[in-house]
Amino acid sequence: MAIWADENIRLLVQGITGHQGQFHTKAMMEFGTKIVAGVTPGKGGMEVHGVPVYNTVEEAMEREPNASIVFVPAPFAKDAVIEALDAGIKLVVVITENIPFHDAMQFVHYAKYKGARIIGPNCPGIASPGKTKIGILPNVIFKEGGIGVASRSGTLTYEIVNALSQAGFGQSTCVGLGGDPIIGSTFIDALKAFEKDPQTEAIVLVGEIGGTAEEEAAEYIAANVTKPVYAYIAGRTAPPGKRMGHAGAIISGGKGTAESKIKAFEEAGVKVAKFPHEIAELIKNDKRI
Amino acid sequence: MKLLEHAGKELFSRYGIPVPEGKVVERKEELKNISIPFPWVMKAQVLVGGRGKAGGIKFANNMEEAEKIFDELMAMEIKGEKVRKVLVEKKLNIEKEYYLSFFLDRSSREYLMMFSYEGGVDIEAMAEKVIKTHINPLIGIQPYHLRRLPKEVRQIAANLFKLFIENDCELAEINPLVVVDGNVMAADSKIIIDNNALYRHPELPKEDVELTPLEKEAREKNIAFVQLDGNIGVIANGAGLTMATLDALNEFNGKGGVFLDLGGTDDPEKVKQAFELMAKAKPKVILLNLFGGITKCDTVAKGIIEFMEKHKLECPVVARIKGMNEDIAREMLKDYVIAVESFQEAAKKAAELGGD
Repeated sequence: MAIWADENIRLLVQGITGHQGQFHTKAMMEFGTKIVAGVTPGKGGMEVHGVPVYNTVEEAMEREPNASIVFVPAPFAKDAVIEALDAGIKLVVVITENIPFHDAMQFVHYAKYKGARIIGPNCPGIASPGKTKIGILPNVIFKEGGIGVASRSGTLTYEIVNALSQAGFGQSTCVGLGGDPIIGSTFIDALKAFEKDPQTEAIVLVGEIGGTAEEEAAEYIAANVTKPVYAYIAGRTAPPGKRMGHAGAIISGGKGTAESKIKAFEEAGVKVAKFPHEIAELIKNDKRI
Repeated sequence: MKLLEHAGKELFSRYGIPVPEGKVVERKEELKNISIPFPWVMKAQVLVGGRGKAGGIKFANNMEEAEKIFDELMAMEIKGEKVRKVLVEKKLNIEKEYYLSFFLDRSSREYLMMFSYEGGVDIEAMAEKVIKTHINPLIGIQPYHLRRLPKEVRQIAANLFKLFIENDCELAEINPLVVVDGNVMAADSKIIIDNNALYRHPELPKEDVELTPLEKEAREKNIAFVQLDGNIGVIANGAGLTMATLDALNEFNGKGGVFLDLGGTDDPEKVKQAFELMAKAKPKVILLNLFGGITKCDTVAKGIIEFMEKHKLECPVVARIKGMNEDIAREMLKDYVIAVESFQEAAKKAAELGGD
């Protein structure tokens, strides 16, 4: 098992001919992802690492993709996502950074209407070790196993996953939810899926300042999650009112502080690590696993 | 990006939302040209909140008072922000004060309209008296949404929604929305535009005075850079990792002075630029925390060396380098940085060097 993305994924790469698209097409193939088609308007007929390129998603559907990854630049990203959803694709992973919030809001709701899942935007994607990767996460850090990871950050996730792997804790699925305020899949969505997934034995959440996603997750965990949950929250020393790199990482009007998130998690029985790599130690010392 | 009150009100006017008669002034001589009858209200134009409490709003009954107040306001700093303009308006005889806003609600991922019969105060303080209306972004505002508001406010709400959508606002707020002689008008404005969408709005005035000069320079170079109170400059790749590094410093009583996120780059030129910017912030020590996943550690090292060869750096660099090609990078940097093994050690060492 795994959540959301497994060995049955047949991937379409939107924006495949760009620098990032080409690079990560290769990296995903090396991970074991089945990439069946690419789309770049005007570049139909080309090949990228042996993958046929089409002008439109509709044409690319002859290769029967069931998921898409979007590398298209921000001003055109909404168009690309809607095109994939209209073609009937049910999982769209949006890597693109700096997408206008109103655009993200629209495609997130359109996906809901179409019964599809969006991961991101502004995310590193999703990896299920031994099965597939739809994203830009580094291949070498993973190990197949029973820990489910969901995160709002990129490199911080790599750091934590790397520490988990080195400590012998493999992962079922690692999903980067994205650093933007408006994202398609939330901690609660991931928790729901990990709770159901038989491969997942424990769950790690990597949060950060801004918004109330962690507080909502804590509430959900207390009521619905039986598997042990661990968390790390970045930004305990971040000043209010400043955007800390991610568009969504901002404490505004006293809301979105790390203290509030840590408190909510601890009250829900979630063990919260002080340092990123400490998560692996917390799991090691936990008698429940 | 926030708009100053007067710029927000100009936007209101364009969308048919009534505002008091007013004029924005940057030089004292301009006061004489204002034809608005006394008494005036004179409002310091700043982006930070809490202006009224800080004394940034004053009333003038004649030109002599107005000139004196103008000097006072222009000399003020409100929460560290210098006042650069004063908005002069006719003093209003306010009968009622409402609150009206639209914003992007992160939790529901919908637009949220908020209305209160008791405006003028902080929205946090009126939590229970607020009428909240969720609006689906694919459907937009509907007449029944507007019918939840008092009659005289409905058209203004419809106009404000249009403004909110067409200008890619994160927030469009009127607080207070006042009733004066039976007419409803916006006595203040608070508009925040989504930075990601600024490319669609070249007409909007850009004056994000909340940024320091170095932060502005960083923005132009597309580097995520935030100045903080401490003396340790943190460079890491990825916003989360950079924040985590600052937090780790704090565990060892070190204080971060700069947040610099290299992002996914390993372009040596970009790395060099980042170090140049960091050097200008004059930290006591630089802490480099690199996790190379996609980013190759050795190409980052190349950028650092290019910088070090060109500039004399006054402060030590503590470096923790992990990930792709870490051994090569460490070997390359051995004469330039203090290398440490772990995240924790790095934070500890930098905190020590940053201490007095």
